Amino acid sequence: MTEDGTPGGALPEGALTQEVPTSTGERLLPPVPGATRELLGEPAPPPLHPPVQGMAVVVGSRPVSAYVELTLEAPDIADTAQPGQFVAFAVGGPTSAMLLRRSIAIAGVGEGRFSVVVSARAAGSTWLASLRPGEEVDVVGPLGRPFPLPPEGTPALLVGGGYGAAALVGLGGLLRSRGHEVAAVVGAGDEARLCSVDDLAAVAAPFVVTTDDGSSGRRGRVTGPVAELVAGAGVVYACGPMPMLRAVADLATARRVPSWVAVEESMACGIGVCMTCVLPVVSADGRTRFSRSCVEGPVFAGDRVRFDDVGTLPADVVGADAMGPAHTPAVEGETP
Amino acid sequence: MTALPELDVPSVDMQASIGGVPVVSPVLTASGCSSFGRELDPFFDLEGIGAVVTKSVQLRPRSGRATPRMAETPSGMINSIGLQGPGIDGLLADELPWLAQRGAKAFVSIAGSRTEDFAELAQRLRGAPGVLGIEVNISCPNVESRGEVFACNPDASAEVLAAVRAVADPAHPVYAKLTPDVTDIVSVARACSDAGANGLSMINTLLGLVIDTDTMRPVLGGVTGGLSGPAIRPVALRCVWQVHQALPNVPILGMGGIRTGLDALQFVLAGAGAVSVGTAVFNDPSAPARIHAELAEALGERGFGRLADAIGYAHRRPEESPGRHGR
Repeated sequence: MTEDGTPGGALPEGALTQEVPTSTGERLLPPVPGATRELLGEPAPPPLHPPVQGMAVVVGSRPVSAYVELTLEAPDIADTAQPGQFVAFAVGGPTSAMLLRRSIAIAGVGEGRFSVVVSARAAGSTWLASLRPGEEVDVVGPLGRPFPLPPEGTPALLVGGGYGAAALVGLGGLLRSRGHEVAAVVGAGDEARLCSVDDLAAVAAPFVVTTDDGSSGRRGRVTGPVAELVAGAGVVYACGPMPMLRAVADLATARRVPSWVAVEESMACGIGVCMTCVLPVVSADGRTRFSRSCVEGPVFAGDRVRFDDVGTLPADVVGADAMGPAHTPAVEGETP
Repeated sequence: MTALPELDVPSVDMQASIGGVPVVSPVLTASGCSSFGRELDPFFDLEGIGAVVTKSVQLRPRSGRATPRMAETPSGMINSIGLQGPGIDGLLADELPWLAQRGAKAFVSIAGSRTEDFAELAQRLRGAPGVLGIEVNISCPNVESRGEVFACNPDASAEVLAAVRAVADPAHPVYAKLTPDVTDIVSVARACSDAGANGLSMINTLLGLVIDTDTMRPVLGGVTGGLSGPAIRPVALRCVWQVHQALPNVPILGMGGIRTGLDALQFVLAGAGAVSVGTAVFNDPSAPARIHAELAEALGERGFGRLADAIGYAHRRPEESPGRHGR
């Protein structure tokens, strides 16, 4: 571990840019139909520290356009968290009828505190967003695999969609402190749903804002500016909705630029035991597995996620052959 | 300096038994809710619970079903994972050695689509390190032919349990995991017991459905799924009560919505000799250790010196008073 608490030592030097070995054929991709190219990214390494569970005290709450930014006192989590990791909150108190944890990316850490950006969409996230300073909440973290850091000198492009941009703030600051050039594109449906604009503007140049309706920045999706900026990047980091991640990863891969995507997948536990948050991801051995977004992600190499196959059971996923003919998704009229 | 007498500390003997094999705690994890235990290692001492009940393992690795695989429901959730897992080879090569090295006991859940599958799995587990016993999952609602869940039929259940018991390691107690989705759970329980099961695990999830009112389609990729969590606790407790009443000498591992020590106590009082904590782990990853402590305290507060004395205590005749319990 390096002095600034980053996983610099965990990633082989040049791992993001070196040509993958072909002499053994290990890294080739025979299982993916039509894919004969080499993958650009290794699977993200696991975090340096195990998660902890405890009560965190809310020390700050402020509305940030359509969202609420919560700051919590939790040194065990804040002092070991790495950019890209997340926390999982229990919601509604100890007798809550909402049992599943709400997993949210860590937006920033410092002085024994961490912050998250909460989008109040349903009952659980609304409860979280309504927490006031002084109140306590049960939280588990830090969870998931952090963003691997690029070799020294690699220029980075950060792409955030909606509140997903918050997950890139810590990374942007870290990359800058290590001397990387950082560019960023932040987009949302409209101005109110943009997030972390000031934080990312402070560390990134060029910095581009897009909105679908043109209410702020350039009208349109992030993909326009990303297509322009990716040529100057040595690595791309993205967090946001799945269609955005797919588009950004495709743009990066087409230019042979490695990418890391932090997915927002529905999780029940956040710690790896429930098996609900799986995605079809190409493993190190070239075979596709249903990988848990919580412990094998949320950061995946962008060209390892089979975005086209999300929500299906591809025939070449490891173990699909054992599922039987009845396991085509959503068989109409199926009865118990 | 002399040690103070520990008068106020409830010293309840929490040793429990799984089919005659002693375990240090009556609290176990529940199959499908703790993977193979590793992920819970940061949160509590796996040696301090009765056993890790593994996710059901089959002969071959399974991918599980397409997503979405779960939806939250009032005081519970519905899931359709489809028994994703590494298969028996992965279990033997990676998971059981890790648990054994960690000092944790494994109660291995096995699943299959044919009687012979179950028997082969039990055979493969003979002599495996750290295996406490076998839970035979004849009741998963998320298997290929949902109309043919073994545990819906006493004869089919008996056939599987007899086949497993015949080839399993004699040191491994064999439990049948039952579904509540039957008219008469006692008849299935009796068939399993008569076929050689050393105990019964009750209950598996209830088959349920959630529809997304935006898309106006079922939420789960698998359409239907298993309902779990505190929402099903009264159903589970009723099943344990009925079976213990009919078969008082058959050991029961009780499960279904246990979230606190008092929830666990209800199952013990209804006749369970041990309990599994399942969905509560998603809410609180340290729940098994917490529930062990809460159950010990609750037993002590009620005058029980031993867990064993509380098993089935709610079935006592009306004229028996609460008060002093024990030998």
